[in-house]
Amino acid sequence: MTAELRTTAGESLYPRLEPLLAQIQKPIQYVGGELNAQVKHWDAASVHWALMYPDAYEVGLPNQGLMILYEVLNERADALAERTYAVWPDLAALMREHGVPQFTVDGHRAVADFDVLGVSFATELGYTNLLEALDLAGVPLHAVDRDESHPVVVAGGHAAFNPEPVADFVDCAVLGDGEQVVGDITDVVKAWKAEDRPGGREELLARLARVDGVYVPRFYAMSYGDDGAIAAVTPTRDDVPEKVGKRTVMDLDEWPYPKQPLVPLAESVHERMSVEIFRGCTRGCRFCQAGMITRPVRERTITGIGSMVDAGLKATGYEEVGLLSLSSADHSEIGQLAKELADRYEGTNTGLSLPSTRVDAFNVTLANELSRNGRRSGLTFAPEGGSERIRRVINKTVSKEDLVRTVTTAYANGWTQVKLYFMCGLPTETDEDVLEIADLAVEVIRAGREASGRKDIRCTVSIGGFVPKPHTPFQWASQASPETIDSRLRLLRAKINEDRKIGRSIGLRYHDGKPGAIEGLLSRGDRRVGRVIERVWREGGRFDGWSEHFSYDRWVAAATEELAPFGVDLDWYTTRERTEHEILPWDHLDSGLDKEWLWEDWQAAISEDEVADCRWTPCYDCGVCPTNGTEIQIGPTGRSLLPLTVV
Amino acid sequence: MGRQPDGPPPPPTVQKLRIRYAKRGRLRFASHRDLARALERALRRARVPMAFSAGFSPHPKISYLGAAPTGAASEAEYVEIGLSVRCDPEAVRVALDDSLPEDIAVLECVEAGAGTGSLADRIDTSVWRVELPGLDPDELARAVEAFLAADVVTVAKRTKNGLRDIDARPSVASASASTGAGCAILHMVVRQGTPVVRPDDVLAALAAVADLHPPLPPRAVREAQGRLDGTGTVADPLGPDRTAGAPDQEAHATV
Repeated sequence: MTAELRTTAGESLYPRLEPLLAQIQKPIQYVGGELNAQVKHWDAASVHWALMYPDAYEVGLPNQGLMILYEVLNERADALAERTYAVWPDLAALMREHGVPQFTVDGHRAVADFDVLGVSFATELGYTNLLEALDLAGVPLHAVDRDESHPVVVAGGHAAFNPEPVADFVDCAVLGDGEQVVGDITDVVKAWKAEDRPGGREELLARLARVDGVYVPRFYAMSYGDDGAIAAVTPTRDDVPEKVGKRTVMDLDEWPYPKQPLVPLAESVHERMSVEIFRGCTRGCRFCQAGMITRPVRERTITGIGSMVDAGLKATGYEEVGLLSLSSADHSEIGQLAKELADRYEGTNTGLSLPSTRVDAFNVTLANELSRNGRRSGLTFAPEGGSERIRRVINKTVSKEDLVRTVTTAYANGWTQVKLYFMCGLPTETDEDVLEIADLAVEVIRAGREASGRKDIRCTVSIGGFVPKPHTPFQWASQASPETIDSRLRLLRAKINEDRKIGRSIGLRYHDGKPGAIEGLLSRGDRRVGRVIERVWREGGRFDGWSEHFSYDRWVAAATEELAPFGVDLDWYTTRERTEHEILPWDHLDSGLDKEWLWEDWQAAISEDEVADCRWTPCYDCGVCPTNGTEIQIGPTGRSLLPLTVV
Repeated sequence: MGRQPDGPPPPPTVQKLRIRYAKRGRLRFASHRDLARALERALRRARVPMAFSAGFSPHPKISYLGAAPTGAASEAEYVEIGLSVRCDPEAVRVALDDSLPEDIAVLECVEAGAGTGSLADRIDTSVWRVELPGLDPDELARAVEAFLAADVVTVAKRTKNGLRDIDARPSVASASASTGAGCAILHMVVRQGTPVVRPDDVLAALAAVADLHPPLPPRAVREAQGRLDGTGTVADPLGPDRTAGAPDQEAHATV
């Protein structure tokens, strides 16, 4: 950037950005000014946070995690938080041409002016967007090249439970719930700045490394053995922990955020308000990283939920509320909650929904209750596995009879579209397991037509390729190759189309297996994979979660060349099954799960043995509660929603 | 047949309000759909007693009139809403204005006059002011002169079906140039028809007839809309509602 374009810290870049906005697609996503957004005075705050969701605005804006931290931080008088999102290539090119750096949408301030850049990784496919944002911001890509004038780059979100592939680019990773740790980080940065930055960046990072839940990769050295696997992870300072634990917020009612949800002008992927009704899940689905790393279950109470729904609707004007969690029908007060919310909002054109549902007849009852004032169109179930056998392997057991009966009940109750989610490429899977999806769909349509007396019912089968994730029993598993997944999906499509009379009522939605292979590389990768990410970004890789931007060939070529010097390759990270005692790149990051328990559960999966939910059966020693000093927080509380005063 | 909603049909529309609003500043980058979403949510937050359509997917009764393009500001956007409870139009205006972002201003709200016909029939023309930063006003004046002297000015317009040649000249009822702070200003009165001629199309026409290429992106503001009369004047589309006065009044509900 040339000297005359430099601005004073915190100054708005908008006058320079505005002429560029007239030349690009969907400029509204860059102007900010959303309902409930905040722009605080720069100089009044001691610690400035830029919070980034590394994907397009329309995906990032509704993200609950970012919204929560934005509000929690802005409530502090000594902190200021603004948001920034990935910039599409059309604007990025103009920004480079005109010397406009990565900016926040709130105050249009330069990201490089902030003390902390917090990046929330819901998926690993956002990594190239982090590099693009750092480059646009004028912040050195590699953490070692930064000095105390640069923001501290902090990764959070589920992908941060294995941050090794981005270890060279981030300064810290935060494990677990963010509500409290952002305050601790703020305190550390504030004190270090107030003392006039003693010891420079190294000292600041050392102080951060002593905050519970904060991992600073530069203080951990990696060495590799002849077989390519990690030989040792060694702390390079004696004042940092050998294992970094995760943060857990115990009482969700104490953290009723977002209180003032952001409402964009632009269209986003979730045109509704969300209230998180509980966090964590102990159903024990073996593929599910979210369910493993967020234990134990912590419920918000029915009254806490009721007041958040009320306050949120008043603050936003949304006409739909989603009751979010990993498995919402499992809330101990869900039946009463559904009824009392439906009563409360009767006649107000306010919709209520449960976005995540298990295959369970009770869910149809719940959905009926929530939709009793409105339209019944689509209902979604997630059996995940096509055969009973594979459902035992993944520990999501439901019999074929129960599944067909549940879906038939939905059709009989006036639901005309049912969507079924499955995965392909699960451990031990054969062609037959996948082909059973077709049998199920056919039976569902037959029984549904009979039960509802209608010909126009539809069943959409939606399939994703399975990607093994860290901190799950499947962390050792071989990932199915893209060829295997694509071939099974072809067979499935052919089988569904065998009987056109039924097949025309069945929709099949899937993606090819290639993006999953790269997600697999990034999910279970180690520090060496960072070179692949950087190479892909340098060759133009951006927005890897978008099929029109993702280039499999570019990733494969970069992986081949960048990993060759280390004697490993893409398959080594993806299709290779790990052995019990291999040091995994995330073993020094502690989700609380006992590695021995994970291995036992992996063996149980192979033997098709199920494990029950610890909310209703005795503890099976996964390790989380004793490690973290936590315990399950569930109701019922015995309370009920009070009627709202009529205005 | 499918299910029908239980219970009685929604209450009918008892009052129609016609609203003029402005989009300014950063929100000139809002599209018509963005504005429609913002307006519907603001109506809910302001607790305006909207009338709804019947059926499983009830929609509030709102009719939008032709919106200014994304990127153009406007002082004269129009919308008509149907209420299920009679309200004081000024109270609705204030409540809605308070609920909308600062860069959307609700300027006028009047009750639809009985027997005055539809609002759409009173709008066929836009008055535009286009600021062209860094452009010499004399150069603009010469280009405008050349444009007005031409009978046909063909420009390529991007439509849903790809690029299409249109004649930009006949829609422009009048045009002139003036001098602003650091910019030239193009004033014009443009008839709304098919195909729609927008400020960008007129600028493309000025490039075609006079090789005019402003150095920086233009800033267009729609200053007014209405029906063009024989003298070249654009009439206020809410005028007939104001003179008709409201129909028989019952007590207004407060918003």
